[in-house]
Amino acid sequence: MSNFLPMASSFFPDASTETGLYILISLLYLVGAMGFILSLKWMSDAKTARKGIFAGEIGFVLAIIGTLLLPVITTTGYIYIAVAMLIGAAIGVPLGLLVPMTAMPQRIALSHAFGALAAALVGIAKFYDATPDIGWFVMAVLGIEIVLGALVFTGSLMAAGKLQEVKWLAQRPIVFPLQKTLNFAILAVAVAGVIILAADPSQLWAIPVIIAAGLAFGVMLIIPIGGADMPTVIALLNSYAGIAAALLGFVLENNLLIVAGALDGMSGLILSIIMCRAMNRSFRNVLFGAFGATEVAAGDQEVGSIRSASFDEAGDLLKMARLVVIVPGYGMAVAQAQHKVRELADTLEKEGVEVKYAIHPVAGRMPGHMNVLLAEANVPYEQLIDMEEINPEFPQADVVLVLGANDVVNPAARHDQSSPIYGMPILDVDKAATVMVVKRSMRPGFAGVENELFFNEKTLMVFGDAKDVMGELITEVSGNRDSINV
Amino acid sequence: MNVSVEFIMTGLFVFALAGFLGFEMIRRVPRLLHTPLMALTNALSAISLVGSIVVLGGQYTAYTTILGFVAVIASMINVVGGFLITDKMLKMFKPREKPKKPEPAEAEGAS
Repeated sequence: MSNFLPMASSFFPDASTETGLYILISLLYLVGAMGFILSLKWMSDAKTARKGIFAGEIGFVLAIIGTLLLPVITTTGYIYIAVAMLIGAAIGVPLGLLVPMTAMPQRIALSHAFGALAAALVGIAKFYDATPDIGWFVMAVLGIEIVLGALVFTGSLMAAGKLQEVKWLAQRPIVFPLQKTLNFAILAVAVAGVIILAADPSQLWAIPVIIAAGLAFGVMLIIPIGGADMPTVIALLNSYAGIAAALLGFVLENNLLIVAGALDGMSGLILSIIMCRAMNRSFRNVLFGAFGATEVAAGDQEVGSIRSASFDEAGDLLKMARLVVIVPGYGMAVAQAQHKVRELADTLEKEGVEVKYAIHPVAGRMPGHMNVLLAEANVPYEQLIDMEEINPEFPQADVVLVLGANDVVNPAARHDQSSPIYGMPILDVDKAATVMVVKRSMRPGFAGVENELFFNEKTLMVFGDAKDVMGELITEVSGNRDSINV
Repeated sequence: MNVSVEFIMTGLFVFALAGFLGFEMIRRVPRLLHTPLMALTNALSAISLVGSIVVLGGQYTAYTTILGFVAVIASMINVVGGFLITDKMLKMFKPREKPKKPEPAEAEGAS
Protein backbone atom coordinates (compact mmCIF):
# COMPACT_ATOMS: atom_id res chain seq x y z
CA MET A 1 0.00 0.00 0.00
CA SER A 2 2.71 2.45 0.87
CA ASN A 3 4.28 1.94 -2.52
CA PHE A 4 1.02 2.63 -4.23
CA LEU A 5 0.45 5.74 -2.17
CA PRO A 6 3.84 7.39 -1.84
CA MET A 7 2.35 10.75 -0.97
CA ALA A 8 0.42 9.30 1.91
CA SER A 9 3.60 8.72 3.86
CA SER A 10 4.17 12.36 4.62
CA PHE A 11 0.70 13.82 4.87
CA PHE A 12 -1.52 11.06 6.19
CA PRO A 13 -1.05 9.77 9.69
CA ASP A 14 -2.70 6.50 8.82
CA ALA A 15 -2.66 5.88 5.11
CA SER A 16 -4.82 2.77 5.06
CA THR A 17 -7.90 4.49 6.52
CA GLU A 18 -7.49 7.58 4.39
CA THR A 19 -7.26 5.98 0.96
CA GLY A 20 -10.57 7.44 -0.28
CA LEU A 21 -9.60 10.95 0.78
CA TYR A 22 -6.18 10.52 -0.77
CA ILE A 23 -7.73 9.55 -4.08
CA LEU A 24 -10.11 12.52 -3.94
CA ILE A 25 -7.28 14.96 -3.27
CA SER A 26 -5.14 13.43 -6.02
CA LEU A 27 -8.00 13.78 -8.50
CA LEU A 28 -8.55 17.41 -7.49
CA TYR A 29 -4.85 18.04 -8.10
CA LEU A 30 -5.02 16.23 -11.43
CA VAL A 31 -7.93 18.35 -12.67
CA GLY A 32 -6.16 21.42 -11.30
CA ALA A 33 -3.04 20.57 -13.32
CA MET A 34 -5.20 20.13 -16.42
CA GLY A 35 -6.63 23.60 -15.76
CA PHE A 36 -3.11 25.05 -15.73
CA ILE A 37 -2.21 23.31 -18.98
CA LEU A 38 -5.40 24.52 -20.67
CA SER A 39 -4.78 28.06 -19.46
CA LEU A 40 -1.41 28.07 -21.24
CA LYS A 41 -2.84 26.43 -24.32
CA TRP A 42 -5.54 29.08 -24.65
CA MET A 43 -2.94 31.76 -24.17
CA SER A 44 -1.72 31.08 -27.70
CA ASP A 45 -4.51 33.21 -29.20
CA ALA A 46 -5.76 36.62 -28.13
CA LYS A 47 -9.32 35.44 -28.76
CA THR A 48 -9.17 32.54 -26.30
CA ALA A 49 -6.69 33.98 -23.81
CA ARG A 50 -9.27 35.23 -21.32
CA LYS A 51 -10.84 31.79 -21.24
CA GLY A 52 -7.36 30.62 -20.26
CA ILE A 53 -7.38 32.82 -17.18
CA PHE A 54 -10.61 31.18 -16.13
CA ALA A 55 -9.12 27.70 -16.56
CA GLY A 56 -6.12 28.72 -14.48
CA GLU A 57 -8.34 30.11 -11.74
CA ILE A 58 -10.40 26.93 -11.62
CA GLY A 59 -7.14 24.99 -11.37
CA PHE A 60 -6.08 27.08 -8.41
CA VAL A 61 -9.40 26.79 -6.60
CA LEU A 62 -9.26 22.98 -6.95
CA ALA A 63 -5.64 22.92 -5.78
CA ILE A 64 -6.52 24.96 -2.69
CA ILE A 65 -9.58 22.84 -1.87
CA GLY A 66 -7.55 19.66 -2.26
CA THR A 67 -4.84 20.98 0.03
CA LEU A 68 -7.30 22.12 2.68
CA LEU A 69 -8.70 18.57 2.80
CA LEU A 70 -5.35 17.16 3.95
CA PRO A 71 -5.75 15.63 7.41
CA VAL A 72 -2.45 17.12 8.68
CA ILE A 73 -4.07 20.53 8.92
CA THR A 74 -5.21 21.28 12.46
CA THR A 75 -8.27 23.25 13.54
CA THR A 76 -6.25 26.30 14.58
CA GLY A 77 -4.31 25.78 11.36
CA TYR A 78 -7.47 26.51 9.38
CA ILE A 79 -7.90 29.80 11.23
CA TYR A 80 -4.31 30.83 10.52
CA ILE A 81 -4.70 29.83 6.87
CA ALA A 82 -7.89 31.85 6.50
CA VAL A 83 -6.27 34.92 8.07
CA ALA A 84 -3.11 34.68 5.96
CA MET A 85 -5.09 34.13 2.75
CA LEU A 86 -7.27 37.13 3.48
CA ILE A 87 -4.23 39.33 4.12
CA GLY A 88 -2.62 38.08 0.90
CA ALA A 89 -5.80 38.68 -1.08
CA ALA A 90 -6.19 42.14 0.44
CA ILE A 91 -2.71 43.05 -0.81
CA GLY A 92 -3.08 41.17 -4.09
CA VAL A 93 -6.28 42.86 -5.27
CA PRO A 94 -4.88 46.41 -5.37
CA LEU A 95 -1.63 45.08 -6.84
CA GLY A 96 -3.67 43.48 -9.59
CA LEU A 97 -6.13 46.24 -10.28
CA LEU A 98 -4.48 49.54 -9.44
CA VAL A 99 -1.00 49.21 -10.92
CA PRO A 100 -0.83 51.26 -14.14
CA MET A 101 0.24 49.54 -17.34
CA THR A 102 3.38 51.69 -17.55
CA ALA A 103 4.54 50.18 -14.24
CA MET A 104 3.98 46.63 -15.49
CA PRO A 105 7.65 45.55 -15.73
CA GLN A 106 8.36 46.36 -12.08
CA ARG A 107 5.01 44.89 -11.06
CA ILE A 108 5.92 41.60 -12.73
CA ALA A 109 9.39 41.63 -11.18
CA LEU A 110 7.89 42.30 -7.76
CA SER A 111 5.53 39.36 -8.03
CA HIS A 112 8.44 37.10 -8.96
CA ALA A 113 9.93 38.18 -5.64
CA PHE A 114 6.78 37.20 -3.71
CA GLY A 115 6.56 33.80 -5.41
CA ALA A 116 10.22 33.08 -4.73
CA LEU A 117 9.90 34.22 -1.12
CA ALA A 118 7.05 31.76 -0.55
CA ALA A 119 8.99 28.92 -2.17
CA ALA A 120 12.11 29.65 -0.10
CA LEU A 121 10.17 29.93 3.17
CA VAL A 122 8.32 26.66 2.60
CA GLY A 123 11.64 24.98 1.85
CA ILE A 124 13.20 26.37 5.03
CA ALA A 125 10.21 25.37 7.15
CA LYS A 126 10.28 21.87 5.68
CA PHE A 127 13.95 21.60 6.59
CA TYR A 128 13.51 22.64 10.22
CA ASP A 129 10.52 20.35 10.53
CA ALA A 130 12.27 17.26 9.22
CA THR A 131 15.94 17.70 10.22
CA PRO A 132 17.99 15.62 10.79
CA ASP A 133 15.88 12.85 9.29
CA ILE A 134 16.38 13.84 5.64
CA GLY A 135 17.82 11.64 2.90
CA TRP A 136 20.80 13.04 0.97
CA PHE A 137 18.94 13.37 -2.30
CA VAL A 138 15.97 15.21 -0.81
CA MET A 139 18.33 17.44 1.15
CA ALA A 140 20.27 18.34 -1.99
CA VAL A 141 17.04 19.20 -3.82
CA LEU A 142 15.80 21.16 -0.81
CA GLY A 143 19.09 23.04 -0.52
CA ILE A 144 19.07 24.00 -4.21
CA GLU A 145 15.45 25.05 -3.87
CA ILE A 146 16.21 27.32 -0.92
CA VAL A 147 19.20 28.93 -2.64
CA LEU A 148 17.19 29.45 -5.84
CA GLY A 149 14.24 30.93 -3.95
CA ALA A 150 16.48 33.33 -2.04
CA LEU A 151 18.32 34.31 -5.22
CA VAL A 152 15.13 35.04 -7.16
CA PHE A 153 13.74 36.96 -4.17
CA THR A 154 16.54 39.54 -3.95
CA GLY A 155 17.21 39.46 -7.70
CA SER A 156 13.59 40.32 -8.48
CA LEU A 157 13.47 43.00 -5.81
CA MET A 158 16.60 44.57 -7.30
CA ALA A 159 15.15 44.35 -10.81
CA ALA A 160 11.89 45.91 -9.64
CA GLY A 161 13.84 48.67 -7.89
CA LYS A 162 15.89 49.40 -10.98
CA LEU A 163 12.79 49.47 -13.17
CA GLN A 164 10.96 51.71 -10.72
CA GLU A 165 14.07 53.93 -10.80
CA VAL A 166 14.43 53.92 -7.04
CA LYS A 167 16.82 56.72 -6.11
CA TRP A 168 19.50 54.81 -4.22
CA LEU A 169 19.76 52.12 -6.91
CA ALA A 170 22.00 52.91 -9.85
CA GLN A 171 20.17 52.49 -13.16
CA ARG A 172 23.35 52.04 -15.14
CA PRO A 173 25.10 48.71 -14.85
CA ILE A 174 27.78 48.70 -12.17
CA VAL A 175 31.01 46.84 -12.73
CA PHE A 176 33.99 46.69 -10.45
CA PRO A 177 37.26 44.78 -10.35
CA LEU A 178 37.03 41.10 -9.39
CA GLN A 179 33.24 41.23 -9.73
CA LYS A 180 33.07 37.85 -11.43
CA THR A 181 35.47 36.34 -8.91
CA LEU A 182 33.29 37.60 -6.07
CA ASN A 183 30.13 36.25 -7.74
CA PHE A 184 31.68 32.83 -8.21
CA ALA A 185 32.92 32.86 -4.62
CA ILE A 186 29.36 33.51 -3.37
CA LEU A 187 28.05 30.76 -5.61
CA ALA A 188 30.77 28.41 -4.35
CA VAL A 189 29.73 29.10 -0.74
CA ALA A 190 26.12 28.22 -1.62
CA VAL A 191 27.14 25.01 -3.39
CA ALA A 192 29.46 24.00 -0.55
CA GLY A 193 26.68 24.64 1.98
CA VAL A 194 24.26 22.45 0.04
CA ILE A 195 26.84 19.66 -0.21
CA ILE A 196 27.56 19.80 3.53
CA LEU A 197 23.83 19.63 4.29
CA ALA A 198 23.30 16.75 1.91
CA ALA A 199 26.12 14.86 3.63
CA ASP A 200 24.83 15.68 7.09
CA PRO A 201 21.42 17.34 7.46
CA SER A 202 22.02 17.96 11.18
CA GLN A 203 24.46 20.80 10.36
CA LEU A 204 21.92 23.48 11.21
CA TRP A 205 24.43 26.34 10.83
CA ALA A 206 24.67 25.69 7.09
CA ILE A 207 21.07 26.74 6.44
CA PRO A 208 21.54 30.45 7.26
CA VAL A 209 24.76 30.30 5.24
CA ILE A 210 23.08 29.05 2.07
CA ILE A 211 20.18 31.47 2.54
CA ALA A 212 22.60 34.39 2.90
CA ALA A 213 24.62 33.22 -0.12
CA GLY A 214 21.45 32.94 -2.21
CA LEU A 215 20.26 36.39 -1.17
CA ALA A 216 23.67 37.93 -1.87
CA PHE A 217 23.98 36.21 -5.24
CA GLY A 218 20.58 37.56 -6.30
CA VAL A 219 21.76 41.10 -5.59
CA MET A 220 25.09 40.59 -7.35
CA LEU A 221 23.35 39.12 -10.38
CA ILE A 222 21.33 42.28 -11.03
CA ILE A 223 23.99 44.90 -10.19
CA PRO A 224 25.71 44.66 -13.60
CA ILE A 225 22.43 44.49 -15.57
CA GLY A 226 21.36 47.52 -17.61
CA GLY A 227 17.86 48.61 -18.55
CA ALA A 228 17.84 47.09 -22.02
CA ASP A 229 18.81 43.67 -20.63
CA MET A 230 15.84 43.70 -18.27
CA PRO A 231 13.50 41.74 -20.59
CA THR A 232 15.91 38.81 -20.62
CA VAL A 233 16.60 38.97 -16.90
CA ILE A 234 12.93 39.18 -15.94
CA ALA A 235 12.19 36.18 -18.13
CA LEU A 236 15.10 34.30 -16.57
CA LEU A 237 13.93 35.07 -13.02
CA ASN A 238 10.49 33.85 -14.09
CA SER A 239 12.10 30.60 -15.15
CA TYR A 240 14.05 30.20 -11.88
CA ALA A 241 10.89 30.83 -9.84
CA GLY A 242 9.20 28.00 -11.75
CA ILE A 243 12.13 25.64 -11.23
CA ALA A 244 12.09 26.43 -7.50
CA ALA A 245 8.39 25.51 -7.36
CA ALA A 246 9.05 22.25 -9.22
CA LEU A 247 11.91 21.33 -6.87
CA LEU A 248 9.60 22.01 -3.95
CA GLY A 249 7.20 19.55 -5.54
CA PHE A 250 9.86 16.82 -5.30
CA VAL A 251 10.44 17.57 -1.63
CA LEU A 252 6.75 17.75 -0.74
CA GLU A 253 5.90 14.76 -2.95
CA ASN A 254 3.38 16.83 -4.82
CA ASN A 255 2.88 16.34 -8.55
CA LEU A 256 0.82 19.49 -8.94
CA LEU A 257 3.75 21.64 -7.82
CA ILE A 258 5.98 19.79 -10.27
CA VAL A 259 3.59 20.38 -13.18
CA ALA A 260 2.99 24.07 -12.45
CA GLY A 261 6.69 24.63 -11.77
CA ALA A 262 7.73 22.89 -14.98
CA LEU A 263 5.27 24.95 -17.04
CA ASP A 264 6.44 28.19 -15.45
CA GLY A 265 10.11 27.28 -15.74
CA MET A 266 9.70 26.38 -19.40
CA SER A 267 7.80 29.58 -20.15
CA GLY A 268 10.50 31.74 -18.59
CA LEU A 269 13.18 29.77 -20.42
CA ILE A 270 11.53 30.16 -23.82
CA LEU A 271 10.97 33.88 -23.26
CA SER A 272 14.58 34.45 -22.25
CA ILE A 273 15.82 32.51 -25.28
CA ILE A 274 13.63 34.66 -27.53
CA MET A 275 14.94 37.81 -25.86
CA CYS A 276 18.56 36.71 -26.16
CA ARG A 277 18.12 35.87 -29.83
CA ALA A 278 16.51 39.23 -30.44
CA MET A 279 19.66 40.84 -29.10
CA ASN A 280 22.05 38.35 -30.71
CA ARG A 281 23.56 37.55 -27.34
CA SER A 282 24.11 34.51 -25.19
CA PHE A 283 22.81 33.97 -21.64
CA ARG A 284 26.32 34.15 -20.30
CA ASN A 285 26.82 37.43 -22.07
CA VAL A 286 23.64 38.95 -20.63
CA LEU A 287 24.35 37.75 -17.11
CA PHE A 288 28.04 38.45 -16.92
CA GLY A 289 28.68 40.80 -19.79
CA ALA A 290 27.60 44.13 -18.30
CA PHE A 291 26.90 45.29 -21.81
CA GLY A 292 25.86 48.79 -20.83
CA ALA A 293 29.21 49.52 -19.28
CA THR A 294 31.03 49.23 -22.59
CA GLU A 295 31.87 52.81 -23.30
CA VAL A 296 32.39 53.56 -26.93
CA ALA A 297 35.02 56.16 -27.53
CA ALA A 298 33.37 59.19 -29.05
CA GLY A 299 36.24 59.51 -31.52
CA ASP A 300 35.32 56.32 -33.40
CA GLN A 301 32.03 57.70 -34.48
CA GLU A 302 31.69 59.35 -37.80
CA VAL A 303 29.36 62.02 -36.64
CA GLY A 304 27.66 63.71 -39.56
CA SER A 305 25.18 66.50 -39.52
CA ILE A 306 21.60 66.05 -38.45
CA ARG A 307 18.50 67.59 -39.94
CA SER A 308 15.70 68.64 -37.66
CA ALA A 309 12.13 69.27 -38.73
CA SER A 310 9.49 71.62 -37.40
CA PHE A 311 6.10 70.26 -36.37
CA ASP A 312 4.65 71.91 -39.46
CA GLU A 313 6.98 70.06 -41.85
CA ALA A 314 6.61 66.79 -39.98
CA GLY A 315 2.82 67.10 -39.97
CA ASP A 316 2.72 67.72 -43.72
CA LEU A 317 4.94 64.73 -44.46
CA LEU A 318 2.74 62.47 -42.35
CA LYS A 319 -0.44 63.75 -43.94
CA MET A 320 0.83 63.16 -47.47
CA ALA A 321 2.04 59.63 -46.76
CA ARG A 322 0.24 56.51 -47.85
CA LEU A 323 1.79 54.20 -45.28
CA VAL A 324 3.16 55.35 -41.94
CA VAL A 325 4.94 52.86 -39.67
CA ILE A 326 5.26 53.80 -36.02
CA VAL A 327 8.20 52.29 -34.13
CA PRO A 328 7.65 52.57 -30.37
CA GLY A 329 10.40 52.10 -27.80
CA TYR A 330 11.00 52.52 -24.10
CA GLY A 331 10.93 56.29 -24.58
CA MET A 332 7.23 56.07 -25.41
CA ALA A 333 6.61 54.23 -22.14
CA VAL A 334 8.59 56.80 -20.15
CA ALA A 335 6.71 59.70 -21.72
CA GLN A 336 3.42 57.74 -21.34
CA ALA A 337 2.69 58.80 -24.90
CA GLN A 338 0.77 55.68 -26.01
CA HIS A 339 -2.66 57.35 -25.91
CA LYS A 340 -1.42 60.33 -27.90
CA VAL A 341 0.20 57.96 -30.40
CA ARG A 342 -3.10 56.24 -30.93
CA GLU A 343 -4.80 59.64 -31.35
CA LEU A 344 -2.27 60.61 -33.99
CA ALA A 345 -2.83 57.29 -35.77
CA ASP A 346 -6.59 57.86 -35.71
CA THR A 347 -6.17 61.35 -37.13
CA LEU A 348 -3.90 60.02 -39.87
CA GLU A 349 -6.35 57.24 -40.71
CA LYS A 350 -9.09 59.83 -41.07
CA GLU A 351 -6.85 61.55 -43.62
CA GLY A 352 -6.60 58.29 -45.53
CA VAL A 353 -3.16 57.24 -44.30
CA GLU A 354 -2.54 53.60 -43.45
CA VAL A 355 -0.85 53.19 -40.04
CA LYS A 356 1.05 50.17 -38.73
CA TYR A 357 3.16 49.61 -35.64
CA ALA A 358 6.49 47.80 -35.81
CA ILE A 359 7.27 45.93 -32.60
CA HIS A 360 10.82 44.81 -31.90
CA PRO A 361 10.95 41.82 -29.53
CA VAL A 362 13.13 43.62 -26.99
CA ALA A 363 11.57 47.07 -27.26
CA GLY A 364 10.83 48.19 -23.71
CA ARG A 365 11.72 46.56 -20.46
CA MET A 366 9.94 43.20 -20.59
CA PRO A 367 8.76 40.75 -23.24
CA GLY A 368 5.71 42.20 -25.00
CA HIS A 369 5.94 45.56 -23.20
CA MET A 370 5.01 47.70 -26.23
CA ASN A 371 2.07 45.48 -27.15
CA VAL A 372 0.52 45.90 -23.73
CA LEU A 373 0.97 49.67 -23.71
CA LEU A 374 -0.53 50.09 -27.17
CA ALA A 375 -3.35 47.70 -26.37
CA GLU A 376 -4.07 49.86 -23.34
CA ALA A 377 -4.41 52.80 -25.72
CA ASN A 378 -6.97 50.77 -27.70
CA VAL A 379 -4.78 50.06 -30.70
CA PRO A 380 -6.35 47.02 -32.40
CA TYR A 381 -3.87 44.14 -32.15
CA GLU A 382 -3.93 43.47 -35.90
CA GLN A 383 -1.95 46.70 -36.28
CA LEU A 384 0.85 45.55 -33.94
CA ILE A 385 3.28 43.79 -36.24
CA ASP A 386 6.31 41.69 -35.29
CA MET A 387 9.75 42.51 -36.60
CA GLU A 388 10.03 39.66 -39.13
CA GLU A 389 6.72 40.55 -40.72
CA ILE A 390 7.17 44.30 -40.88
CA ASN A 391 10.77 44.39 -42.10
CA PRO A 392 9.93 43.60 -45.76
CA GLU A 393 7.34 46.39 -45.67
CA PHE A 394 9.67 49.24 -44.76
CA PRO A 395 10.69 50.01 -48.37
CA GLN A 396 7.01 50.72 -49.11
CA ALA A 397 6.61 52.98 -46.09
CA ASP A 398 6.57 56.70 -46.83
CA VAL A 399 7.25 57.75 -43.27
CA VAL A 400 8.60 55.81 -40.31
CA LEU A 401 7.97 57.50 -37.00
CA VAL A 402 10.55 56.35 -34.44
CA LEU A 403 9.28 57.09 -30.97
CA GLY A 404 11.70 56.61 -28.13
CA ALA A 405 13.35 53.59 -29.77
CA ASN A 406 17.08 53.72 -30.34
CA ASP A 407 19.30 50.65 -30.49
CA VAL A 408 16.60 48.52 -32.15
CA VAL A 409 16.66 50.81 -35.19
CA ASN A 410 20.41 51.41 -35.42
CA PRO A 411 21.63 50.26 -38.86
CA ALA A 412 25.13 49.81 -37.39
CA ALA A 413 23.88 46.46 -36.09
CA ARG A 414 23.82 45.25 -39.69
CA HIS A 415 27.25 46.32 -40.91
CA ASP A 416 29.51 47.84 -38.24
CA GLN A 417 31.48 44.97 -36.75
CA SER A 418 33.03 47.21 -34.11
CA SER A 419 29.64 48.20 -32.73
CA PRO A 420 28.61 46.51 -29.48
CA ILE A 421 25.20 45.84 -30.99
CA TYR A 422 26.61 44.29 -34.19
CA GLY A 423 24.57 41.27 -35.27
CA MET A 424 21.46 42.19 -33.34
CA PRO A 425 18.38 41.87 -35.55
CA ILE A 426 16.90 45.33 -36.04
CA LEU A 427 13.92 47.02 -37.62
CA ASP A 428 15.08 48.17 -41.06
CA VAL A 429 13.58 51.63 -40.73
CA ASP A 430 16.31 53.20 -42.89
CA LYS A 431 14.76 51.48 -45.94
CA ALA A 432 11.74 53.77 -45.74
CA ALA A 433 11.48 56.99 -47.75
CA THR A 434 11.63 59.24 -44.69
CA VAL A 435 12.51 58.45 -41.10
CA MET A 436 11.23 60.77 -38.43
CA VAL A 437 12.87 60.38 -35.05
CA VAL A 438 11.14 61.88 -32.05
CA LYS A 439 13.72 62.39 -29.36
CA ARG A 440 14.17 64.52 -26.30
CA SER A 441 17.82 65.30 -26.99
CA MET A 442 20.82 63.83 -28.79
CA ARG A 443 21.73 61.68 -25.78
CA PRO A 444 22.77 58.17 -26.94
CA GLY A 445 20.83 55.02 -26.03
CA PHE A 446 21.51 52.64 -23.18
CA ALA A 447 24.57 51.11 -24.74
CA GLY A 448 26.20 54.49 -25.11
CA VAL A 449 26.27 53.83 -28.84
CA GLU A 450 25.72 56.72 -31.23
CA ASN A 451 22.92 55.90 -33.60
CA GLU A 452 24.00 56.42 -37.20
CA LEU A 453 20.35 56.50 -38.20
CA PHE A 454 20.15 60.04 -36.80
CA PHE A 455 22.80 61.18 -39.28
CA ASN A 456 21.20 59.46 -42.25
CA GLU A 457 20.19 61.88 -44.99
CA LYS A 458 16.64 60.50 -44.95
CA THR A 459 16.27 61.19 -41.27
CA LEU A 460 14.48 64.14 -39.77
CA MET A 461 14.84 64.75 -36.04
CA VAL A 462 11.84 66.11 -34.20
CA PHE A 463 13.01 67.24 -30.77
CA GLY A 464 10.76 67.28 -27.75
CA ASP A 465 8.93 65.15 -25.22
CA ALA A 466 7.17 62.30 -27.07
CA LYS A 467 3.77 63.18 -25.63
CA ASP A 468 4.06 66.90 -26.49
CA VAL A 469 5.34 66.14 -29.98
CA MET A 470 2.41 63.80 -30.60
CA GLY A 471 0.01 66.54 -29.48
CA GLU A 472 1.60 69.03 -31.86
CA LEU A 473 1.53 66.57 -34.76
CA ILE A 474 -2.15 65.77 -34.14
CA THR A 475 -2.93 69.46 -34.39
CA GLU A 476 -0.88 69.78 -37.58
CA VAL A 477 -2.37 66.74 -39.28
CA SER A 478 -5.98 67.49 -38.38
CA GLY A 479 -5.51 71.05 -39.60
CA ASN A 480 -6.93 72.56 -36.42
CA ARG A 481 -4.01 74.91 -36.07
CA ASP A 482 -4.78 76.67 -39.36
CA SER A 483 -8.40 77.13 -38.49
CA ILE A 484 -7.43 78.70 -35.19
CA ASN A 485 -4.98 81.03 -36.91
CA VAL A 486 -7.48 82.07 -39.54
CA MET B 1 11.38 13.10 5.68
CA ASN B 2 12.40 10.56 3.16
CA VAL B 3 10.83 10.79 -0.22
CA SER B 4 10.52 7.35 -1.74
CA VAL B 5 12.50 6.43 -4.81
CA GLU B 6 9.18 5.66 -6.48
CA PHE B 7 8.01 9.22 -6.00
CA ILE B 8 11.25 10.71 -7.26
CA MET B 9 10.95 8.62 -10.41
CA THR B 10 7.27 9.48 -10.89
CA GLY B 11 8.12 13.09 -10.21
CA LEU B 12 10.87 13.11 -12.84
CA PHE B 13 8.44 11.52 -15.26
CA VAL B 14 5.82 14.19 -14.58
CA PHE B 15 8.41 16.97 -14.69
CA ALA B 16 9.80 15.89 -18.06
CA LEU B 17 6.37 15.47 -19.65
CA ALA B 18 5.02 18.74 -18.26
CA GLY B 19 8.18 20.55 -19.38
CA PHE B 20 7.86 19.11 -22.88
CA LEU B 21 4.18 19.98 -23.06
CA GLY B 22 4.92 23.48 -21.75
CA PHE B 23 7.64 23.98 -24.36
CA GLU B 24 5.36 22.99 -27.22
CA MET B 25 2.49 25.15 -25.97
CA ILE B 26 4.42 28.25 -25.01
CA ARG B 27 6.29 28.27 -28.30
CA ARG B 28 2.93 28.97 -29.92
CA VAL B 29 2.12 31.99 -27.77
CA PRO B 30 2.44 35.05 -30.03
CA ARG B 31 4.77 37.87 -29.02
CA LEU B 32 1.71 40.05 -28.73
CA LEU B 33 0.78 38.15 -25.58
CA HIS B 34 4.18 37.71 -23.98
CA THR B 35 3.51 40.11 -21.12
CA PRO B 36 0.16 38.51 -20.21
CA LEU B 37 1.90 35.13 -20.51
CA MET B 38 4.48 36.23 -17.95
CA ALA B 39 1.79 37.51 -15.63
CA LEU B 40 -0.12 34.24 -15.96
CA THR B 41 2.85 31.95 -15.38
CA ASN B 42 3.68 34.18 -12.46
CA ALA B 43 0.32 33.41 -10.94
CA LEU B 44 0.88 29.71 -11.68
CA SER B 45 4.27 29.73 -9.97
CA ALA B 46 2.43 30.80 -6.83
CA ILE B 47 1.44 27.14 -6.62
CA SER B 48 3.87 27.12 -3.69
CA LEU B 49 0.67 28.24 -1.96
CA VAL B 50 -0.14 24.54 -1.71
CA GLY B 51 3.10 23.89 0.17
CA SER B 52 2.64 27.04 2.24
CA ILE B 53 -0.83 25.94 3.37
CA VAL B 54 0.50 22.55 4.49
CA VAL B 55 3.35 24.15 6.45
CA LEU B 56 1.08 26.71 8.10
CA GLY B 57 -1.83 24.35 8.73
CA GLY B 58 0.37 21.49 9.90
CA GLN B 59 1.54 23.57 12.88
CA TYR B 60 4.83 21.75 13.38
CA THR B 61 6.56 24.37 15.51
CA ALA B 62 6.01 28.06 16.22
CA TYR B 63 8.94 28.85 13.93
CA THR B 64 7.63 26.95 10.90
CA THR B 65 4.16 28.36 11.53
CA ILE B 66 5.52 31.90 11.20
CA LEU B 67 7.39 30.96 8.03
CA GLY B 68 4.24 29.31 6.68
CA PHE B 69 2.14 32.34 7.56
CA VAL B 70 4.39 34.69 5.59
CA ALA B 71 4.60 32.16 2.75
CA VAL B 72 0.80 31.89 2.47
CA ILE B 73 0.49 35.70 2.38
CA ALA B 74 3.24 36.04 -0.25
CA SER B 75 1.89 33.34 -2.54
CA MET B 76 -1.71 34.50 -2.11
CA ILE B 77 -0.66 38.01 -3.24
CA ASN B 78 0.69 36.39 -6.39
CA VAL B 79 -2.32 34.20 -7.06
CA VAL B 80 -4.89 36.97 -6.63
CA GLY B 81 -2.81 39.80 -8.09
CA GLY B 82 -1.46 37.63 -10.92
CA PHE B 83 -4.82 36.47 -12.24
CA LEU B 84 -6.42 39.90 -11.85
CA ILE B 85 -3.65 41.68 -13.69
CA THR B 86 -3.51 39.12 -16.50
CA ASP B 87 -7.23 39.47 -17.01
CA LYS B 88 -7.02 43.26 -16.89
CA MET B 89 -4.31 43.18 -19.55
CA LEU B 90 -6.09 40.72 -21.81
CA LYS B 91 -9.27 42.80 -21.69
CA MET B 92 -7.30 45.55 -23.39
CA PHE B 93 -6.29 43.42 -26.38
CA LYS B 94 -9.05 44.08 -28.87
CA PRO B 95 -9.34 43.32 -32.54
CA ARG B 96 -10.30 46.14 -34.88
CA GLU B 97 -13.96 46.94 -34.33
CA LYS B 98 -15.67 45.96 -37.54
CA PRO B 99 -19.01 47.80 -37.34
CA LYS B 100 -17.51 51.14 -36.25
CA LYS B 101 -15.15 51.56 -39.19
CA PRO B 102 -16.73 49.63 -42.04
CA GLU B 103 -15.30 50.64 -45.42
CA PRO B 104 -12.62 53.35 -45.22
CA ALA B 105 -9.91 51.52 -43.30
CA GLU B 106 -10.12 48.43 -45.49
CA ALA B 107 -10.37 50.37 -48.74
CA GLU B 108 -7.20 52.35 -48.07
CA GLY B 109 -5.26 49.23 -47.27
CA ALA B 110 -6.12 47.85 -50.67
CA SER B 111 -5.46 50.97 -52.70
